Amino acid sequence: MYYHFGRYFLMIRRVFTRPEKFSIYWKQMVAEVDKIGISSLGIVALMSVFMGAVIALQTASNIDESWIPAYTVGFTVRQSIILEFSPTMIALILAGKVGSNIASEIGTMRVTEQIDALEIMGVNSAGYLILPKILGGVFIFPFLIMISMFLGIFGGWFICIASGIISSNDYIYGIQYDFRPFHVTYALIKTVVFGFVVTSVSSYYGYYSKGSALEVGRSSTQAVVYSSVLILILNYIITQLILI
Amino acid sequence: MIEVKNLSKSFGELQVLKDISATYKRGQVNMIIGRSGSGKSVLAKCMVGLHIPEEGEVLYEGENFLEMNIKEKVEIRKNIGMLFQASALFDSLTVEENVMFPLTMFTKMSKQEMIKRAEECLDRVNLTGSEKLYPSETSGGMQKRIAIARAIAMKPKFLFCDEPNSGLDPQTSIVIDNLIHDLTKEMNITTVVISHDMNSVIEIGDHIMFINQGKKWWEGDKNDILNTPNQELNDFVYASKFMKTVREKLR
Repeated sequence: MYYHFGRYFLMIRRVFTRPEKFSIYWKQMVAEVDKIGISSLGIVALMSVFMGAVIALQTASNIDESWIPAYTVGFTVRQSIILEFSPTMIALILAGKVGSNIASEIGTMRVTEQIDALEIMGVNSAGYLILPKILGGVFIFPFLIMISMFLGIFGGWFICIASGIISSNDYIYGIQYDFRPFHVTYALIKTVVFGFVVTSVSSYYGYYSKGSALEVGRSSTQAVVYSSVLILILNYIITQLILI
Repeated sequence: MIEVKNLSKSFGELQVLKDISATYKRGQVNMIIGRSGSGKSVLAKCMVGLHIPEEGEVLYEGENFLEMNIKEKVEIRKNIGMLFQASALFDSLTVEENVMFPLTMFTKMSKQEMIKRAEECLDRVNLTGSEKLYPSETSGGMQKRIAIARAIAMKPKFLFCDEPNSGLDPQTSIVIDNLIHDLTKEMNITTVVISHDMNSVIEIGDHIMFINQGKKWWEGDKNDILNTPNQELNDFVYASKFMKTVREKLR
């Protein structure tokens, strides 16, 4: 384990050394934003709308007592989506989608000697391949999460109207009730950290792949597993540090 | 000129290279031959800095590459072109972008100048018209030629070729061999070719080194290699029926 930690931090040091040409890295970063962010928009939207709807239905079905106000549904959806679902669950989904993609892309470049080719040309391969992914991920993850927050809350509202469990006014009152903007800040802080973890850990496993296609597949799996575990651990640590 | 002095490299308990010394002269095709697993590719990778040897020196024009800092190594690497066994072209880039890649990273040429240089290199390897294709749309032989075009784009002083003929048919192999040979003479560069293909050795080898069990076993030119008394080298050279027939004719 210590070996992996050491090698990971050495890689990160190489990643953040001065780029050979900023303009090339900039273009790469824009491409990564598209690849990581825009291509994940569909799955993020789908998951968020349905999760918001399901949270609303589950909360409504659990409100049996008449003294619990109807707006609790909106309040619960908002809190669940902003505090946990959007930043953490979506990050876990992205760890699977984006993480495996990054690890297999870089891993394939490793086993087909494309990374060696970069090194021989004198290019800092870690910087060239990984830095744009990390910057792209850290930049685009918060936008995805904000979209997820909006769509999750919208999904809850839509199902409330469609199924008639509570009125639109009650739901909207609930999502405004006791709203603390700091919760959004907390969620975005988590998101930035998770963006860094997903892209850097996945890049690490891809970059140090060796052998054959079988090994690339293994790296890809490891990238997803370790990114997910780290997200869960860091989620706990950040929550303890910021919210409590 | 490249000089290798007392180079040793191990992977864990396994010593792959044992005290290898050699000199590779400019304007020559220097062949490193040997059986699979003999350490040829490891030697080449030590020479270009992809592996770090435990002992020894690698001198480029008299400067020890292994003792250089990163900046100095980058400067040397700008003068190195390498043709990999599997071509190692960048899948996401077109043929033209692959050839232009080192130029975009290390020169201040305008886009038009880079395109012109890429066209010159592709023309040199007879691939005019393939600029907009992706590597996956080209054949194995074309990929090797694209990789050669990329390797020469920066007008290198040193060219390394790791098994340039692997996976190619005999005719395409000869095309690649001749290309490597002609470029070496035209550009007056130091070329090091890793191979186990005796046809290539006879076709283009100016200086040949035979590695066996990680040691330098034999060194000479292509006239000597066919008449060497060295048993291991003889077994390697005359392994095929074709070469055995050649030996009978020579006798």
